[in-house]
This record gives sequence, C-alpha cells and structure tokens, in this order.
Amino acid sequence: MNAWTGKVIRVNLTSGTITKEPLDMKAARAFIGARGLAAKMLFDEVDPNIDALSPENKLFFAAGPLTGTFAPNVGRYDVVCKSPLTGAIAASNSGGSFGPELKYAGYDMVIFEGKAPTPVYLWIKNDQVELRDASAIWGKEVPETTDMLRAETDEDAKVACIGPAGERLSLIASVMNEMGRAAGRSGVGAVMGSKNLKGIAVVGTGAVTVGNKEAFDLAAKDASAKIKAHPVGGAGLKAFGTDVLVNILNSVGSLPTRNFNDGYFPTADKTGGEALAANNLLRPRGCHSCIIECGRATKVTNPKFAGEGEGPEYESAWGFGADCGIDNLDAIIKANYLCNDLGLDTISTATTIACAMDLYENGIITLKDTGGIPLNFGNAEVMVEMVKLMGYRQGFGDKMADGSYRLADAYGHPEYSMSCKKQEMPAYDPRGVQGIGLHYATSNRGGCHVRGYTIAVEVLGNPVKMDQHTIDGKPELVITFQNLTAALDSTGACLFATFGIGGDELAALLSGATGIQYTTADFMEAGDRIWNLERMWNLTAGLSSNDDVLPERLLKEPIKSGASKGEVSRLNEMLPVYYTLRGWDGNGVPLPEKLQSLGLA
Amino acid sequence: MSKVLMIHPERCTGCNTCVLACAYTREGEARPSASRVHVYNWEREQFSVPMMCQQCDDAPCVAVCPTGAMHRADGTIVVEYDVAKCIRCRMCVQACPFGNATYDMVTNKILKCDTCAGAPECVAACPNQALEFVDATVATRSRKKSFAKKFKEAFQEVG
Repeated sequence: MNAWTGKVIRVNLTSGTITKEPLDMKAARAFIGARGLAAKMLFDEVDPNIDALSPENKLFFAAGPLTGTFAPNVGRYDVVCKSPLTGAIAASNSGGSFGPELKYAGYDMVIFEGKAPTPVYLWIKNDQVELRDASAIWGKEVPETTDMLRAETDEDAKVACIGPAGERLSLIASVMNEMGRAAGRSGVGAVMGSKNLKGIAVVGTGAVTVGNKEAFDLAAKDASAKIKAHPVGGAGLKAFGTDVLVNILNSVGSLPTRNFNDGYFPTADKTGGEALAANNLLRPRGCHSCIIECGRATKVTNPKFAGEGEGPEYESAWGFGADCGIDNLDAIIKANYLCNDLGLDTISTATTIACAMDLYENGIITLKDTGGIPLNFGNAEVMVEMVKLMGYRQGFGDKMADGSYRLADAYGHPEYSMSCKKQEMPAYDPRGVQGIGLHYATSNRGGCHVRGYTIAVEVLGNPVKMDQHTIDGKPELVITFQNLTAALDSTGACLFATFGIGGDELAALLSGATGIQYTTADFMEAGDRIWNLERMWNLTAGLSSNDDVLPERLLKEPIKSGASKGEVSRLNEMLPVYYTLRGWDGNGVPLPEKLQSLGLA
Repeated sequence: MSKVLMIHPERCTGCNTCVLACAYTREGEARPSASRVHVYNWEREQFSVPMMCQQCDDAPCVAVCPTGAMHRADGTIVVEYDVAKCIRCRMCVQACPFGNATYDMVTNKILKCDTCAGAPECVAACPNQALEFVDATVATRSRKKSFAKKFKEAFQEVG
C-alpha cells in the first residue's frame, strides 16, 4: 500500500468502542481520499434526512493520499459530516500538520459515530488509540485546550479541537487545529460538540510511502518549480498573504461592502495585505510541506485590540472589514484571533455581524433586541465585542451564533442574510463577477468560494483571463473549477497550489504517489464523480433547484459605486445552461446516464 | 573553505519542508522521525526553530563514542558517523547537549546531520532561506551587521 495508509479508525462514542478497518480500496481509487472518499462513505452510511446534531450523524476526519508525502503543498485534511448550518453535506478542509500527523500515525481517516455520554477526547499514538475523559477540559478555549491535551498526552502532539462555540452548538462553529488553523465552514464544530467530543491528539512516527518513486520525484520537482515560478504562488502570497486581494477586488468593484449593500469600499486599502505587511506582520507561515507561505504571523500592539497569533486571511479581513464598514485593521485582526480562540468560522461570524448591522440600521432590530448595543456599520469596538458574545452565546450573541439566515429569519427578514443554502457568502460580489455567483448558487455546501474559485480566471487571469462581467462561457468555467477542486481537495493538496499547477500536475503527483495511473481525464472525472455524489446526497436531504439561488439583493439591486457600478447578477440566465452542461435535468437532478457514466448509478 | 549550517529562526515558517527533504532523500520515505533536522513550533507566538547537529568543535558525541564511529575526519568541521563501527550503545544520544543525535529504531542506526557531504538537502529545500550553508568565517556576519544597524539607529536617535 502506498500513499494511502490503508487503515481507518472507527470510534463509536456511544459505546466507547474503537475498531480499525481496512480502507475500501475500490472506493479510494474512485473517490481518491479526504473530501471525496469521506463523502462516499457518508453517502453509504448516513441517511441524509437525519438531524445533523443527533448521534446518527457521523463525523469524518480524513486525509488524502498526497497528505504527508514530500510533494509541495499537500498538508491538508477534511472534516466531513452532515452540516447543521445548511442541511447539506459539509466538508471543511484545514492545513497545519494535523492531517500529515494522522498519516504518519498510520491512518487515512478517523470516523466518529454516536454520542459520548460525557466529554471525551481521542488520543492516537501510532497503534495505540484510546478515548479519554475530557470533563476537565470542556469549557476551555482553543489555545488552553490544546495545551491541556498536550500536557496529558505528548508535548508535540498535533491537536484538533473545538472551543466554546462548538460546545454550545453554534451552527457556525469551526474545528481548530494547532491553535490557528481552521476547518471553518458549515458548522462542523457544532457536530463535534453535539457528540461530546472535545478534541483529537495525535502523534505519528511512521512513514507515508510512494508507489512509483521515480515518477513521484519527477512530478514533485515539476510541481515545486512551477509554483515557485508563479508570481502569486511563488512570491505574492508570501509577501502579502491572501489579504492582498482586498485592493484587487476593490479596484474591480467587487468587494462586498456593508452586507453587500455595495461593491466598493473607499478606505479598503487600510485593511489590505499591504497594510498588514507594513503594520502587523511578523513573518509568513506555512502548513506542512508548504512552499507558498500565505499564513500570517501577526501582532497588534494597540492596547484596545492587543494580541498575537495567526491571520487574517482575505476573507476574514474583508468580513470584519469592508462588509461591516470597518477600516480599523487592528480591530479586524483582534476579531480574527477571537474566532480562533473561540472556535468560530471567521467568514460566517463576520458576515452575521454585518447582517445584524444591516438589520439594525434598517430598524428591524433595535437597542431593545441587542441589549443596548448600537450595531451600526463601522463600529469596530462593537464588532469585536459581538464576536465574544457569539462564541459564548451571551446576550444578543446567542441569536447570532447560528448564522445570519436564522438571525434575519427570526425577525421576519431572511432576505437580509447574504447566504446561499443558509451559509454566508464570502468576499467576492456576484454582481461584479458573474461566474462566482453561479458557483455560490450551485456549491454543494452553500455560500463558499473555495469549491470553484473562478476568481482566478475572472479577476486574476490565472491561467487565462475572462471578462468578469460577461456570462459567456461561465457555466463551463464554473464546472471545470468545481470538478478540478473536488479532485484536488480529495488528494490532500492545498487549493493555492493551483497558483502554479493544475490537473496535469496533480494527476502526475497522484499517479506517482499511489502507483496507480491517473490520466488528467481520470482525475477530472473523479472530481465530476465527487461533485455528483455530493449533489445526490443533498437532493436526498431535501434540497432542490429552489436552493440554487442567490439573495434577491444581488439579482435586483445594482452595485452603487466603483468599477462595477450598475451591475447585477445574471444567475438566472446561467443556471439552466449549467444544469444542461452538468448532464442534469431542468430541476438540477443528475440524469440516469450521467450517473451511470460516473459509476454512481 | 569549511562551511556551516546557519539557522535563521526568524525566517522559519514552520512548514517542515526541510524535515521531509532530509527524511525523503536520506531514508527514501516521508517519515519525519527519520529526519536529522527537526522543527519546533510555538503556536501562540507563531514562531518556529529548526534544530540539527551543530558540528561542535569539542564534540561530546565524539568524545563519548567507544568505537570511533562518531568521528571527525582530519581537517574538516563535520562530525561524521560510521555505521559499520557503531555498536548502538547510544552514548552519543545521551551525550549530545542539544538532543541532535537520535537513535532510529526503524533503520537501527544513529541519525545525525552530516551536511549531506557538503550539499545539504534541507538547505536546498527550504522555501524561505531559514537554513543556509555558508562559509564558517562569514556565517555570523550578516546577523552581527543587522544588530549593528539597530545599534546605529538607536544611537542616531539618541544623538
């Protein structure tokens, strides 16, 4: 066995039973690993109609075949389950060293079933796997939890855990690993909390082997050279982090501002990657085997928002920044630190605050609702305070802790939630960039950019440039990116590797590592297969084409200022074309022949 | 001229690429525990320090080795390890004040940096120049200079 370790840990939390199973190699070959393979197992094992926070839900921590190998930028793992936020399939992926360590311990995946009667954590040291009492750790924030788990296990253990938000079943709670890395989206932290599972500590001293060393070495060298030679992958992200996008998106009029009331924020430059590098950056950081180094070690000395830690990424800087009408970078960074400590998804947390500000400014909620807190756009102190209240579900934070849709809906105005499938959209305005809107509407996990990052082509010109405002060719573009990313995620590679490499190089890496030949076409087809499997699961869960929508604001209210002034999303023109090209019927249901061709019938 | 491995922790991103490069090129597999360089992370401060053999002039591992397996060839600054002479007593592991000699159960030998015979793989792989292989005489020059510059600025401000 190469690349895959071939072993899976299954933990029944209800009974406390731990078993080890061989990996289903037929499924692994077709669904690769991580996101894809865990989705396949969720599909086979979990009824899509269960309550996501019930013991019937299962929680997969899954690495990919490339995770832990000596290829560049392959340090990732996915957390997969039914999402309590969207009701759809959740797969949140994270970097750091947790995924590789799990592989070195000898496992591709850990599956949690049921619900522990009292708080527990899982301790994995190579062959030794045990559930331990976490009663004394329950209630602690992420950094302290990490320290305590290490003190009880091994000082170098890699730790993934939840914070207070996950314990309180916040539907936007994340799973954090190594304090600053997040499997952030879709409320996977709440599922962990619902199972009374506080964390996982892992130490591995074994190897990840490759099947065809000569081919793998060539592929790894080629990938590394191409990433290093790319202006974004090789230099840009290291210098300025992903936050460099603030000024780029603002310049093309697609930086959502004040809860998507506009697409341009005049003082956005105060919150961009350049300002971050000049004022707060200590040094770049990288996940396991990373040669891009987009991570930001930062520090804030302003006593009001003082702290030290990881971040922000572009999405977080935008969410707590432009989307809340805030240009105070110190406050933005502080809010990011708090999310890491509390175990909250930065995107959904920030945009839920932006939604609350919108509701407040429009008189839908008042000081009476907020407990006297003036939730105006631009109020940096209040923004930071709300993060704390959300993490602990205190005061008005309790209502906000389940995301913007449930907040806005509770006051009779769900249209104020800038979400798709109840998950908040990130930092690219679909009115100014047409393809990304189609992606948001069709993404299998709701509002999300990293499942089909058409921004690369529509804004950054990587690997080619298409006009951001046209809808011509966008359904094709979205499908290609969605399929490529589904396959890429499933290998354990980082999406940012695509700033340098694509399907050809990833297929070569996967072939060399596993010793099984994947052509580029095989690789892309695996992505298509994964996408359709996720779709089928969602349809069974009760989602339909009625959920492939964008908030009305983006379809009807044009961007008011900046370079994309006057634009609205033309989703409804693109969606039928997308369905047809996908091989789906007019209601977005995959046709039998499509499923057959992918081996899903 | 003799060269030494210089560590620049302030540049280290904690990516472990050096660790993988060492294990993979020397032992043929991605197994961090087989690496001769290890990176320690302080997550709160987001700070990382790579550690490997310092090639001590007065090397305790050499002094304590009963068979001469751990030795310094004449005229070089690298402490070399001769696996054929090693009896696995692991006295070198005990003696190294830095913990930079380790015993590997998988391969049944001592792991200790030997600078890959003058072309260290970790240095070649580091994406951020946190590891450098430089002439011993100039190894500390840039660091001294950068501190000297800070002094200069401080004195200029006072003056």
